[in-house]
Amino acid sequence: MNIALFFVVLILSFALFPVPKVLKHTTALIVLAAGVAISSVWSIEALSGLSSELRLEGMIPLTGKPVIFAVDGLSAFFILVVNLTLLIGLLYAKGYLKQYYGSKNSLSFSLHYFSYLWLYFSMILVLIARDGLSFLIVWEIMALSSFMLVIFDAEEKSIMKTGISYLIQMHVGMFFLMFAFLISANETGSMSFDSLGVFFSGHSNILLFILFFIGFGIKAGFIPLHSWLPRAHPAAPSHVSGVMSGVMIKMGIYGILRVLLYVRHDLLQIGILILIVSLVSGLLGVMMAIVQHDMKKLLAYHSIENIGIIGIGTGLGVIGLATGNNTLSLLGFSGGLLHVLNHSLFKSLLFFSAGSVYTATHTRDIEKLGGLMKKMPYTSLLFLAGSLAICGLPPFNGFISEYLIYLGMFRDLPSSGLHQSILVLGSIVVLALIGGLAVFCFTKAFGIAFLGEPRSQHAVSASEVERGMIMPQFISLALIILIGLASPLFVRPVFDIVGTGFGIEGMRRIAETSLPGLASISLIAGVFIVLVVALALYRKIHLRSVKLSTGPTWGCGYTATGPKQQYTSTSFAYNYNHVAKPVIGTKKMMPEIEEDELFPEGRSFSSRVDDVFQKVIVEKPAGLLSELLKKIAVMQTGKVQHYILYAFVFILFVLLLTWLNII
Amino acid sequence: MILVSAMFFPGIILRTKSIASGRRGPGILQPLRDAGVLLRKGSVFSTTTGLIFQIAPVISLATVLCAILVIPFGKQEALIHFEGDFVFFAYILSLGRFFMIIAALDTGSSFEGMGASREAFFAMLIEPAFFILMATFAMFTGYVSFTDIFSNFFITSNHYVLIFSIIGFYIFIQIALVENSRLPVDDPKTHLELTMIHEVMILDYSGFDKALIHITTWLKFAVYGSLIYNVVVPAGWNIYLQIALFLAVQALFAIIVGFLESFRARNKMNKNPKFILTVSAIAILAFAVILILNLNL
Repeated sequence: MNIALFFVVLILSFALFPVPKVLKHTTALIVLAAGVAISSVWSIEALSGLSSELRLEGMIPLTGKPVIFAVDGLSAFFILVVNLTLLIGLLYAKGYLKQYYGSKNSLSFSLHYFSYLWLYFSMILVLIARDGLSFLIVWEIMALSSFMLVIFDAEEKSIMKTGISYLIQMHVGMFFLMFAFLISANETGSMSFDSLGVFFSGHSNILLFILFFIGFGIKAGFIPLHSWLPRAHPAAPSHVSGVMSGVMIKMGIYGILRVLLYVRHDLLQIGILILIVSLVSGLLGVMMAIVQHDMKKLLAYHSIENIGIIGIGTGLGVIGLATGNNTLSLLGFSGGLLHVLNHSLFKSLLFFSAGSVYTATHTRDIEKLGGLMKKMPYTSLLFLAGSLAICGLPPFNGFISEYLIYLGMFRDLPSSGLHQSILVLGSIVVLALIGGLAVFCFTKAFGIAFLGEPRSQHAVSASEVERGMIMPQFISLALIILIGLASPLFVRPVFDIVGTGFGIEGMRRIAETSLPGLASISLIAGVFIVLVVALALYRKIHLRSVKLSTGPTWGCGYTATGPKQQYTSTSFAYNYNHVAKPVIGTKKMMPEIEEDELFPEGRSFSSRVDDVFQKVIVEKPAGLLSELLKKIAVMQTGKVQHYILYAFVFILFVLLLTWLNII
Repeated sequence: MILVSAMFFPGIILRTKSIASGRRGPGILQPLRDAGVLLRKGSVFSTTTGLIFQIAPVISLATVLCAILVIPFGKQEALIHFEGDFVFFAYILSLGRFFMIIAALDTGSSFEGMGASREAFFAMLIEPAFFILMATFAMFTGYVSFTDIFSNFFITSNHYVLIFSIIGFYIFIQIALVENSRLPVDDPKTHLELTMIHEVMILDYSGFDKALIHITTWLKFAVYGSLIYNVVVPAGWNIYLQIALFLAVQALFAIIVGFLESFRARNKMNKNPKFILTVSAIAILAFAVILILNLNL
C-alpha cells in the first residue's frame, strides 16, 4: 500500500490553477484517474486477501503523534463505490459546466475542480484513516471542499445562505464526533479506532455510540438530523448533488459501520435505536418526497429514504448480532451494504439526468415540465431506469438489496421472540409501504416531467443534451442492470466483507443457502426480458397487418383541452396529501369566494410544505439563540472604556476563583 | 392451469351478475370473443403518447406471466421457486403497475391522470396487507417461499390452521379486488369517468393493446384465485381431485366477485383508504394470533 504515491497525486491537484481554462477539466480528470487507480489497487488487494488488512503506520512530522492508515474489506468496498461515482461525476461535469462557461472566470473553475478533487481525496482518506486525529482532519476537509462545491453558483443569495447553513450543520456533527473521540481518548490515552475497542470493552457502549451516531447521522441525513440535505442538494450543481447524495452521505454510514465493528455490549439497544431511526427516516423521507415539485429536492428526500433502507438493514444486522441470529445479521448487513452501492449508482444517475433536464430547460420545477420524452429520449430513458431501480423493482439492482433485507426478516420470523417479531413485522410493513410510496413518487416524477404535453415554454423549447453528458450515465445504467441480472456475482463479495468484518459464524453456510434464491431471480428476470421482447416483437409484426391511425387524446367528448389542464404533480398527490396531512402538514393558501361576491375576480392558489423537523430542530433553537445573543449585544457599546472595564472585571473574577481554590 | 381458468373467469363474473340481476346475459365465453375481436382490430394512438404508452401493456402482461411462474399448485412445485419468492411476486406486479400508471400519464389526459393517481395510491395502501399475511404464513409454517409454505400449510398438526385458511381466503379476495379495481373499491362498469380508477387509466387504449390489458386483468384474477385455492385446499390430496377443486375454487371466486358487484354499491372514493387499511388491520390480527400461538402466551 503506497500511501506516498497517493500524496504525490494529491499535490498534483495544485496544477489546476496555472493551466488554461479549456484544459482544466482534462487536468482534473487525469489527477482523479491517478487517484482512482492507486486506491482501486489498494482495495482490490484488500479484497483478494481479505483476512490480512493492509496497514501503514507513521508519525505526523511535527507533533510526533502516530498516524495509521489501513484498508480492510469495509474500506475497500466503500473506496470502490467512491471511485466509481466520482469518476462518472467528473465525466458528466464537463458538459454540465459548459452553461457556466461564459459567466464564470478561470479562477472559479479552478476552485471548483480543485474542491472536487479534494472532496475525492478526503473521502478516500476518511475511509483509510484509523487514528482519530487524522480522521477528524480529513473529515473536516471533506466538509469544507463539499461546501465549496455547493456554493459554486453563489451569485444567487439563497445558495450562499444554504451553503453556510450546510457548513454549520456539518460542524455540529463534527463537534459530536470530536467529543466522542475525546471521551474514549481520555480513558485509553489514544485517539485511534482500535482504542475505541478498548474503551467499549470496559464501559457502557450505548452513550458513546449515540454520540457517534448523531455525528455520523448528520452527514448521512437520518431524520431528524437531515435538514441540510433537501436544501444543499438543489443548490449544488447537478454532478455535485449526484456525488454528494451518491457517496458523500454514505461516509456517515461508513462511520457508523466502522464504530459498530468495535462495539461490544448493549448491541440490542443500539440495534433497536438504529432500526427505529431508520424506519422513521425511510418512511418520512419518501412521504415528504412525494409532495415536492422541485425535482432535485424530491431526489434529496429520496436520499433520506434510501439512507433509511440502508439503516434498516444495518439495524437488523446489529439486532441479529445481539440475539445470535446469524442469518438476520448477515443478510441485514449485506442488504444494507449492497444498497450503499446500488443507491450510489441509481441516485447519481437520477441527479445527473435531472441535471440534464435543468441544462435543457433551465427549470427544476416539475409542474413546468412535461413531454420531455419526445424531446430528450435518452435522458428520459435514463431517468426512467433510475426511477425503476430506486423503487426497488426487478430486474434492476434496487430490488436485490431490498430482497436481501426482506429475506433476512422473513427467515428470522419463525424463530424470534415476541418483541423481536413485532419489530421485524413492523420493519416488513414499513419497507413494503416505502416500496409502494416510492412507486407513487416516481410515477409522479417521471410521468409529470417527461410524459404528456409540455406545460410551459421551458419544456417546449427543450432539446437533448450533448453526448458527453449522456454517455457517462450509461456506465451507471449498465452497472445497475448488471447487478440486477447477475446479482450473485456482487452479493458474494459483500457476504465475505460482512462475514469477515463482523465475524459472523456460519457465514459460508448462510451464503450458500441464500445465493440460489438470487440465481433464481436472475433466471426469472431473464425470462421476463425474453417475454417482453417476444411480446413486443409479436405486437410490432401484428400491428403491421391492421389499420392504425392517430388522433388526439380522448377527452371524454370535450375537445378544447390544453396542456394546462393536464394532471399536475400537486393534483397527482392530492388524494395522498389528504391522508398524509397530519404528518406532512401541507398548507393551502386560497382566498375563499365571498357570498356577496357576484362576479368573482381572478384568484390564485398556492400550497406549501414545510419540513417539520427543519422548523423544530433547526429554526426554533437558532431563533432563540439569536434572540438571546441580541440581548447580550447590549454589552457591545463601542466605547473603549467599557471594554477595559470588562477585562478588569474578568481578571478580578479569575483572581477570586484562584483565591477560592476553584481553578 | 391458471391460464385455462383465467379464460373463463370474466365470463363467470359476467354471468353471475346477469343472473343476479335477472337477465339472461351473454355466454361464459363472451369476453373471450370480445378479446378476439379486439386483437384483430386496428388501433388509434393519441399524438401525445409515445414509447411508454406502446410498451406498457406488453410489460404489464409479461410481469403477470412471470408472477405465475412462482405460484405452486397443490403438491406441484412452482416452476421457479426460491426463498422469498413472494417478495419477488409483489414487486414484479408492482413493476407492471408502474408502467400502466406512467402510460396513463403519457396521454396527458386529466381523466387518466386522475385514474393513475388513484391506482398508485390504493396499490400502495394494499401492499402492507400482502406482506403481513405472508409474514403470518412464514411464521406459521416456518418456510419462506410460496411452494414451501403452501405444501406445508396443512401438514402441521396445528388445529388453528382453519383460522389462517379463512383469514388468508378473505384477505386474498380483498387484495384481488383492490389490485384488479373491482367493487367495492372501483366499479369497472360505471358510466362516468370521474368515478373510475382502472378503467379510466386505459381510456385511450384500443385494439391489440386493449386486448392485452384485458388478458392481463383476467390473469391477475386467476393468479389470486390460485393463491386462494392454495390456502383453502390441502396440498396432500389426490391430483385429480385437486384439479377439479382448483377449477371449482376459481369458479367460486368469480361467482363471489360477481355477487359482490351485483349487490354492493361502490365505496365513496375518499372512504377507500379506510376500507383498504382495514384489510391490513385484519392481517395484523392474523399475525397477532400466530404470535400468541407460537409463543404459547
